[in-house]
Amino acid sequence: MKFRVEPFLWLAFSGGGVMAAIFLPVLAFLFALAFPLGWLDPPDHAHLAAVVGHPITFLVLFGAFVMMLVHAAHRFRFTLYDGLQVKHRFLVAAVCYGGAFLGTFVALHMLGSAT
Amino acid sequence: MTGEAMERSATDTDLHYRRTPPVFWWTRKPSYFVFVMRELSSLFIAWLVLYLLLFVRAVGRGETAYADFLDWAASPWLVVLNVVAFAFVVLHTVTWFSLTPQAMVLQVGGRRVPPRAIIGAQYAALAVVSAFVLWLVTR
Amino acid sequence: MADADEIADKITDEITDEITMRVARYRPDKDRDPGWQEYTVPQREEWTVLDGLNHVKNEVDTTLAYRWSCRMGICGSCGMNVDGEPKLTCATFLSDYAPGPVTVEPLANFPVIRDLVVDISDFMEKLPRVSPWIIRDEEQSVDDGEYLQTPEELDAYKQFSMCINCMLCYAACPVYGLEPEFIGPAAIALAERYDLDSRDHGARQRLDVLIEEEGVYGCTFVGECTRVCPKHVDPAAAIQRYKLKAAQESVKMFLLPRALRR
Repeated sequence: MKFRVEPFLWLAFSGGGVMAAIFLPVLAFLFALAFPLGWLDPPDHAHLAAVVGHPITFLVLFGAFVMMLVHAAHRFRFTLYDGLQVKHRFLVAAVCYGGAFLGTFVALHMLGSAT
Repeated sequence: MTGEAMERSATDTDLHYRRTPPVFWWTRKPSYFVFVMRELSSLFIAWLVLYLLLFVRAVGRGETAYADFLDWAASPWLVVLNVVAFAFVVLHTVTWFSLTPQAMVLQVGGRRVPPRAIIGAQYAALAVVSAFVLWLVTR
Repeated sequence: MADADEIADKITDEITDEITMRVARYRPDKDRDPGWQEYTVPQREEWTVLDGLNHVKNEVDTTLAYRWSCRMGICGSCGMNVDGEPKLTCATFLSDYAPGPVTVEPLANFPVIRDLVVDISDFMEKLPRVSPWIIRDEEQSVDDGEYLQTPEELDAYKQFSMCINCMLCYAACPVYGLEPEFIGPAAIALAERYDLDSRDHGARQRLDVLIEEEGVYGCTFVGECTRVCPKHVDPAAAIQRYKLKAAQESVKMFLLPRALRR
């Protein structure tokens, strides 16, 4: 059987899609809307610091965020390529997956800084 | 027929009339438009990941940084962005769940699980995860 | 009892009801670009778009060119874009477009030869690439009898065997329009049809074709192919399942040592 990288990218895209579909609605609602706008009382700092400082939270968030970034990169690659007809196959792929790769380091750094 | 041959109209040597889709082909049909909006959710998912990372960083930096971050997050332009982003995430979730049964055939006891059951199970998972996150954060 | 005049009125109404068909014309010997021509045809309850075109051809304008054959949704030759949607014109009723006008164009995404006739050679070249026939590791001799199949084994692929090669899915697929190298919905659905057939052993061979860039991974799951399919084949499902299958096989190949692979 031939080896191609596309099936692996698609698997990562699918995994990230599931993660985003299941985790992001509640995270976005709570942390981007409900707490800043006072719809719900923001949790006190000590409690939240304890939650994000826990190694399990770190692992779950890091895994989920990286998968979501790959998902977004893969999807946006096709949006550029087909939707907007940017017909530079290699360049588009490099920019999109490169962005996700960079995001992985940012995630590692920022999540690590809170533990 | 190859990509190079996709000229707009017939030439003297080739009498076939070839049509190329315009750049805004996706505005021509509602279903194409919803498709492109679904694909654009990727940008907002990437933004929300970045936003949540900034949130975590602020929490890690201490109580003042956390309070400052909440103030910043309540600024009008950011609220608008986050409302739009949330709407796109909902679009992603709904379309992702509804398309899963087409991509996956599950067999239980030699019988194919009906699409409705697969969609329902995903919403159940969404509810459980959402309830858990809410409990974990606000307890 | 209904009034006789009323009945007479109804009959004349049925006869005199008309609809305008706005038909795309392209005559390569005369035109550089396609144009539109309007024909007014009777609009009868049981008339399809194809009946309207046949009326034009027989009574109004013999120069109009289009393909058709069976008039019953089996031959797959009368596909056209009706009001922008790929349709079998023999199964699309004029009355659904009343009061009109209804536009009739050649199938989208294919080069136009003349009027409503498109060049299907690209599709004809792509279909055999997925080896749409039963491939056996070892061919059993005729004396050994036929390959038997249970009703369940038939059900596994039956849906994907309903394709009539009408190419509506290619006309609906934006990926094919933008990337003509894409092998396309019907060909992949047909590959899935043979992969799921219990008598077939050609899955690996087809996978090697479809794992390529112009194979399944070019698809972005717009889902329009499934929506327009007149035979409910669901090509979009076939493509997504193929992606999953190709991914599983790739992971297996990557992770398992050579000896453990099937």
